[in-house]
Amino acid sequence: MPVLSILLVRLLTTAITLAGVAVIVFFVIRVVPGNPIAMMLPPGATEEDIARLSALYGLDKPLVTQFGIWVSGVMQGDFGTSITTRQPVLDLVLGRLPATLELSIMALVMAMILGGAAALTGTRFRGGRTEGAIDVANGMALSVPDFLWGLVLILLFGVLWPVFHISGRVTPSLDLPFTTNFYLFESLIRLRFDLWADIVAHMVMPALALAIPLAAIIGQLLKQSLKETMNLDYVTLARTKGYGETRVILREALRNAALPTLTLVGVQFTFLIGGTVIIERLFSYEGLGNMAIDAVINRDLPLIQGIVILFAVIFTGVNLIVDLLYTVLNPRLRHA
Amino acid sequence: MSFLSIRNLSVRLKKGPPLLRRVSLDVAAGEVRGLVGESGAGKSMIGKAVLGILPPSIEVTGGEILLDGVDLLRLPPALRRRRIGALCALIPQDPLTALNPSHRIGPQITDRLVDILGWTRADADRRARELLAEVQIPDPERVLRSYPHELSGGMRQRILIASAFAAEPKLIVADEPTTALDVTVQKQILKLIAGMQARHGTALLFVTHDLGVVSKVCQHLSVLYAGMVVEDTSVADFFAAPRHAYSAALLAATPKYTDPSAGLIPVPEAVIAAVQAEVAAFDRSLADG
Amino acid sequence: MHEARAIDGRSLVRRRAGLRLWLSAGWLGLLCVVALFAPWIAPKDPLAQDLFLGRLPPFWMAGAEPGYWLGTDSLGRDVLSRIIHGARVALAVALIAGTITCLVGATLGLLAGFLRGWVDMVISRLIDIWMAFPPVLFSILLIAVLGPGLMSIIIAIVVIDWTRFARVVRAEAMAQGAMDYVASARVAGRGRLGTMMREILPNVLPTIVVLLTLEMGIAVIVEAILSFVNLSISTDDPTWGGMISEGRTSVHQAWWVLVFPLVTLFLTVLAFSQLGEGLKDRFDPVLR
Repeated sequence: MPVLSILLVRLLTTAITLAGVAVIVFFVIRVVPGNPIAMMLPPGATEEDIARLSALYGLDKPLVTQFGIWVSGVMQGDFGTSITTRQPVLDLVLGRLPATLELSIMALVMAMILGGAAALTGTRFRGGRTEGAIDVANGMALSVPDFLWGLVLILLFGVLWPVFHISGRVTPSLDLPFTTNFYLFESLIRLRFDLWADIVAHMVMPALALAIPLAAIIGQLLKQSLKETMNLDYVTLARTKGYGETRVILREALRNAALPTLTLVGVQFTFLIGGTVIIERLFSYEGLGNMAIDAVINRDLPLIQGIVILFAVIFTGVNLIVDLLYTVLNPRLRHA
Repeated sequence: MSFLSIRNLSVRLKKGPPLLRRVSLDVAAGEVRGLVGESGAGKSMIGKAVLGILPPSIEVTGGEILLDGVDLLRLPPALRRRRIGALCALIPQDPLTALNPSHRIGPQITDRLVDILGWTRADADRRARELLAEVQIPDPERVLRSYPHELSGGMRQRILIASAFAAEPKLIVADEPTTALDVTVQKQILKLIAGMQARHGTALLFVTHDLGVVSKVCQHLSVLYAGMVVEDTSVADFFAAPRHAYSAALLAATPKYTDPSAGLIPVPEAVIAAVQAEVAAFDRSLADG
Repeated sequence: MHEARAIDGRSLVRRRAGLRLWLSAGWLGLLCVVALFAPWIAPKDPLAQDLFLGRLPPFWMAGAEPGYWLGTDSLGRDVLSRIIHGARVALAVALIAGTITCLVGATLGLLAGFLRGWVDMVISRLIDIWMAFPPVLFSILLIAVLGPGLMSIIIAIVVIDWTRFARVVRAEAMAQGAMDYVASARVAGRGRLGTMMREILPNVLPTIVVLLTLEMGIAVIVEAILSFVNLSISTDDPTWGGMISEGRTSVHQAWWVLVFPLVTLFLTVLAFSQLGEGLKDRFDPVLR
């Protein structure tokens, strides 16, 4: 019962947050100088042409009316029409979403593997040189944001030792048989490992750039909490049963130590998704973020609104999922 | 030959002061030995050294721990671990923190049987049910599926006792197993440990600061002060006439169940000064070689 | 004997932390000097183009031209001089934007954490809403609204990053507000505002200083990111982000156009963050 009421409160605050985002983005971008309609017409278009097209997009009405029209549309799943491409915003956004999702999830997995490995190694060899080296590496990785890591990776693995692609999502000359935009996933399902390898070779660098700072956070937090857990009585008891250090860390300590790390990883994952905007730009990766920057440059108001709302939905959704996951993984909370 | 024989065991904080000073004691098969002393006297340290769970900040500087004739301190770590795991078990002090909160009870009893001793899962499960019945836990099936937080402290201590006896160890170290419990539960748990010990014929190293407990459970005892064994005797002799002045003072300081109004007599300062001088003299004799 | 050892160990840790502190402060100090005296230090005019001198390599490589130490970009502009002049923009943004963000965010956080009630509710909701925006996209949007320029960047950073301070300071102020010494100050007859400024603020101040240092590093990055998408200042004016943006497109022909501003930016961001970490270790009992 309390779980249900907690969920209800969470949903309510989420709704308020999303409404706030909608209001802010709608009114902020309407202050943008430069008439988007004038930009899309060829030079020499008359005032009349501009007025006619403005009316078509509803841009001649008062702001509050425009907002009302837009919100009632959104409620029915209609996010309007992009001014530059004249396609429905929802189609455009959903078309790009898979690319960004695949990139973010790959980055998250990389961060968990790297951070987890660092934490486990540091705990296994705690108090020694290995742990010191891991601490220094973590500190470095944490101090520098994904944008700079992206540039460093471009130099190292794109120029100095070109083993990975540093531009695009897939080699353009390849023939793609896909019906969805989840290229990475679908190429696996279709057993097209040649395509899969090509897609991965494009994703590794941007994903790694996004993963490095998060990996450092996971590494630091998890190591600290593992080391605390390793001093607890039930871990000591497990040692007397004849288990080795590695097994004790993995079986007795890891699960309990991972719980506090998890909530923080949730918030950090939303930061990672936010980072895709600039990382996609840096690696010319055709995802939502890249599209968003183009939309801002082209003053494509409906498209900007749609993308920002989608990002906000993803962020709040991730936080909600993490909270639920925390409850599921913690037996004490499950039965409470 | 005793089953456990500790010879001149010295332990210290790394680069720090000694915590155990050439401790020697024996536990014969099936025998119960009490380890008494004030907190900080090093009694828990002995149990931890035997089980190989000394904290990393503490090092063994000398001596032998012969378990069934083999010196544990000379074995490579992996072998030592397996030998301890197969022959020994621990009944920990605080039942609230000694069970892993994210595992169910069942696996926490059976994992050693399956992983270290190579039992089948079915045999191990059957054994767990028998043990829970033996420690008088009602509805063992339900308890085996429970998580620790769903059970009371007394219940958890019974589970830890059952778990300690699971692999029929030859030696169990009980580290103040009743200290963290309610007084009412303490007596039951003590009786349970004594009964189990007698039935299974397990040797028991019983660490406690409570001489009343010693008189009920143990046959022999070692009295520790500042990491030094000041008296090693049979329980009957000890209670009849303790030889060392510190032991006598400790005995006098123990509240009598027969006469609670007698109040506590602290260990006299003269006795403490004397025993401290003894420790200092011992350290000097070591330094002189 | 044992005591002495422990003290030795601690001082070793402190010495290492001190080294980190001095190195970071040294690098940032050097940058400040360079930025202040840029016109006198820079060997060339950072804006001077010479198409005959395009993409000259740095001095140790074949084909280098004397005087152009770190080579030139595709328009023949001196890389070293542009980095030196770029330090002015970077540091101006770091100091001004960092300080204003700190003032705004810490004030709101302090108010929310100490006054609680509806003030806290409004500010917390605002923080929630802000956290639901992708920050980079938000900053690009704001620059599109405000138009390019130093002022716009500073405003954008303040508008976006105040939550960093508000979140931490709010939690901290709440924790401090629950302590007995605050209650006794109130009992002793101190007003709400007085209590906040004289009892809570001094205890939260170390945290704020650390956050401020970190924020300065973030501000430098934000400026670089905005320059990178060509939204910062005008494209001609030398900024590290603008240079990186140009270097990225010609990385296969002239890597030095990317590498040198990138290394400078990298070191600067690292220095700010290590300075923050060092200060945290040294002064802040709460974050430690």
